[in-house]
Amino acid sequence: MMRDLRRFWPPLVLLAAFHAAVVLAGFLAPYDYAEQHRDFPYAPPSRIHLVHLRPYAESPDGKSYPIEFLVHGRLFGVRPPGVVFLLGTDGSGRDVFSRLLYGGRVSLLTGLAAALLSLVLGTALGTIAGFFGGWPDQLLMRGGELMMALPWFYLLLAVRAFLPLHISAVEAFALLIAIIGGIGWVRPARLVRGVVLAGRENGFVQAARGFGAGSPYLIRRHVLPLTFPVVLTQATVLIPQYILAEVTLSFLGLGVGEPVPSWGNMLAEARQYHTIVEHTWLLAPAIAIVPLLLGFLLLADALSGQQVST
Amino acid sequence: MFRYSTFALALVVSALCAGAEDLLVLQDLSGRQGGRLVYAQRSEPKTFNPIFAADSVSREAIGMMMADLVHINRYTQRTEPALAKSWTVSPDGRRYALELRRGIRFSDGQPFSADDVVFSFRVYLDTALDSPQRDLLMPGGKPIVVKKVGDCRVEFDLPVRYAAAERLFDGFAILPRHLLEPAYKTGKLAEAWGLRTPPAAITGLGPFRLKQNIPGQRLVLERNPYYWKADKNGIRLPYLNEVDLTQAGSEDMQVLRFESGESDVIRRVGAHDFAVLEKESRRRGYTVSDLGPGMEYTSLYFNLDPAAGRPGFLRRRSFRQAVSTAIDRNALVRLVYGGHAAPLGTPVPPGNKAWVDASLRPPVPSVSAARALLSSGGFKWSGGNLLDPAGKRVEFSIITSAGNDDRVQMATLIQADLKELGIQVDVVPLEFRSLLDRVLRTHQFDTALMSMADGDADPNPDMNTWMSDGGNHLWNTAEKSPSMPWEAEIDRLMRQQMTVPDYARRKKMYDLVQQILMEHMPLVPLVSPDILVGAKRNLGNFRPALMDHYTLWNIEELYWRELRTGERP
Repeated sequence: MMRDLRRFWPPLVLLAAFHAAVVLAGFLAPYDYAEQHRDFPYAPPSRIHLVHLRPYAESPDGKSYPIEFLVHGRLFGVRPPGVVFLLGTDGSGRDVFSRLLYGGRVSLLTGLAAALLSLVLGTALGTIAGFFGGWPDQLLMRGGELMMALPWFYLLLAVRAFLPLHISAVEAFALLIAIIGGIGWVRPARLVRGVVLAGRENGFVQAARGFGAGSPYLIRRHVLPLTFPVVLTQATVLIPQYILAEVTLSFLGLGVGEPVPSWGNMLAEARQYHTIVEHTWLLAPAIAIVPLLLGFLLLADALSGQQVST
Repeated sequence: MFRYSTFALALVVSALCAGAEDLLVLQDLSGRQGGRLVYAQRSEPKTFNPIFAADSVSREAIGMMMADLVHINRYTQRTEPALAKSWTVSPDGRRYALELRRGIRFSDGQPFSADDVVFSFRVYLDTALDSPQRDLLMPGGKPIVVKKVGDCRVEFDLPVRYAAAERLFDGFAILPRHLLEPAYKTGKLAEAWGLRTPPAAITGLGPFRLKQNIPGQRLVLERNPYYWKADKNGIRLPYLNEVDLTQAGSEDMQVLRFESGESDVIRRVGAHDFAVLEKESRRRGYTVSDLGPGMEYTSLYFNLDPAAGRPGFLRRRSFRQAVSTAIDRNALVRLVYGGHAAPLGTPVPPGNKAWVDASLRPPVPSVSAARALLSSGGFKWSGGNLLDPAGKRVEFSIITSAGNDDRVQMATLIQADLKELGIQVDVVPLEFRSLLDRVLRTHQFDTALMSMADGDADPNPDMNTWMSDGGNHLWNTAEKSPSMPWEAEIDRLMRQQMTVPDYARRKKMYDLVQQILMEHMPLVPLVSPDILVGAKRNLGNFRPALMDHYTLWNIEELYWRELRTGERP
């Protein structure tokens, strides 16, 4: 038991750090996400060096300026005309590090919330289909197949045409979660249904039924716990997938709009040849997803280990 | 079989434009024969049928295999004799008589005559076929009439007087009647010359003919041995033996192929990719060049349709002028194009050298001048936000194509510029088709950031853009007649310039059109991107131009200064 608890700590710390960083973006980021340094497009990451234990940032023009801490409500910064770009700038001279932090707000939250929505829907509907069988099963599964077969790209184009041109950031956010989560429930539902279908034939389920247990009790006590490993691994797969799904939706004009950053629209800007050969720092969001994903994977691993040992 | 040959020959001679072969000899051209040029196209051509090809990739391939009557030299932007060796215009300017080249042949060896010309234009004008090029042959809304007046002579009657009408002939490939008439008669012309047609069945009067088509990979073109141009030493063009059109799949892959040396020529490179190529050019043996701004221009279009229900301030001139004054065009040039573009003060791009009104300079960006314009128009500020004369907050959206990163970036920069005036701008990137639908059909937009290109170095193809009833009249495509006095004036000037043959007078009228446009600002011209091209260093006679096709427009003149190892002369 103790060993299992220890396995929780690394992923939890990692994920907590990530989420704290994006929540505190306003404090940690040296610049606002929309601030343009028009003299420094595609500036590479600033070099930082220490002089008498004091950090200095080198501006793209070659001059160094001391980094100051806790000024103007920011953790750190450089007095103009100096600049500090920890991860370089994009084509409009906006600080990639600041945008990465602010962009994480949208991306982490959409990924998490949309995954939660599709998993809740998927688990509920999958359990109903698997446990009861018969017409609810037929209805839900055929309906799910229909959802998967629909040409969503064109349907979403139509959806976009009906919405007003300007969608505020909050509306866009809700919309993203609703669309991604609403479409995404089918796959987890099919998996959960499979597990439930096999699980309800278990001896202990049959025995409980024999003792007179009702369906709600059976589902809650015996069947649902069986689905947890599947649901957890699904979550770890779906979250990064949904962070990227936001790129596609941004392309249709359904994502968050400029200048508000998201990892999705930051990566969309980076998908050009010159980025890969010359301006590699624009790929920072892709790198940032990796430890995040690792955090979710380790957490899922710890959780499923916990499951088996009890 | 032999017995009939004299008889057949006699028939051919009488029916055709016979005589000694009328080669077009280019007196200042020289080069050497042989070699192969590889060019990576963005994607696979959709068809080889010149009547229906509308996409640039198909037209690129077709252009190498076909020829037109009168051709616009892409470099000088002037017309030159092609299949027509000369032409005369009647005093009323409505009848063009073209003298065709004698004794020349299609790439399958069959002779060319006036019948082919008449057949070709009959096909292009056929309402049932509805060729995408048909509209170009309808000046004033009525079709041009084509007549054969001898084996080597054709006459074109224009429904209205139309200045510089010889420019119309450019791009109309002359088709082989002997191959396509049967298909035309049976109504199967639309299916003719598709991607599965055997190469021998496709023939034209261009410098190359199709040799092999490997679908999804490449096209191999070989030199047309009957081509009708020669250089000063009497060598028949083209110089190159073969052209390989490979299919790259995307713009990025075109750049990669060129950089690695797999492709010899590249056209229209993006500004940031250009910088990458430039760095490697010395080591890799190619040169890249910036030809300066071309024929394309990007503008911010206001929605002036009063029935669309959009905010009223969009229809105020002072507001539109203030927006224009506040936008820092130099920042767009620097940040979006890395300096490879020109700021615009008129919607005619500087690449259209003979027609741009050079006195219209881009405004010097100034927040205070913009504020003064707004104040004079009755706008006010409250808490840093701009209010229109009715007291409503000024807030609008810019729609643009989500697939074009340059335009999205421009919209974002404009958003930041206008924030200085207290204007709240929302950038809404849309999928391209829904963007067009909003601008052209439903008019559900405030402003749109879009690019247009002048079709030719002449104002006539732009009638459709500036006339109030034109289909590309983007600030209000709904109107059938001018709704504002200045629009009526533009209509009048455009109609008038179309009928005046004299360049200086036409230029004056077109200048006036540009001045009216800039005074009333239905669109804010922003930038015109430079044409950025590249080619292997030992490619001779390479003369890239500002007009489409930029690099390979004179493919028959290109040659290798030194042949690569293993290549036959």
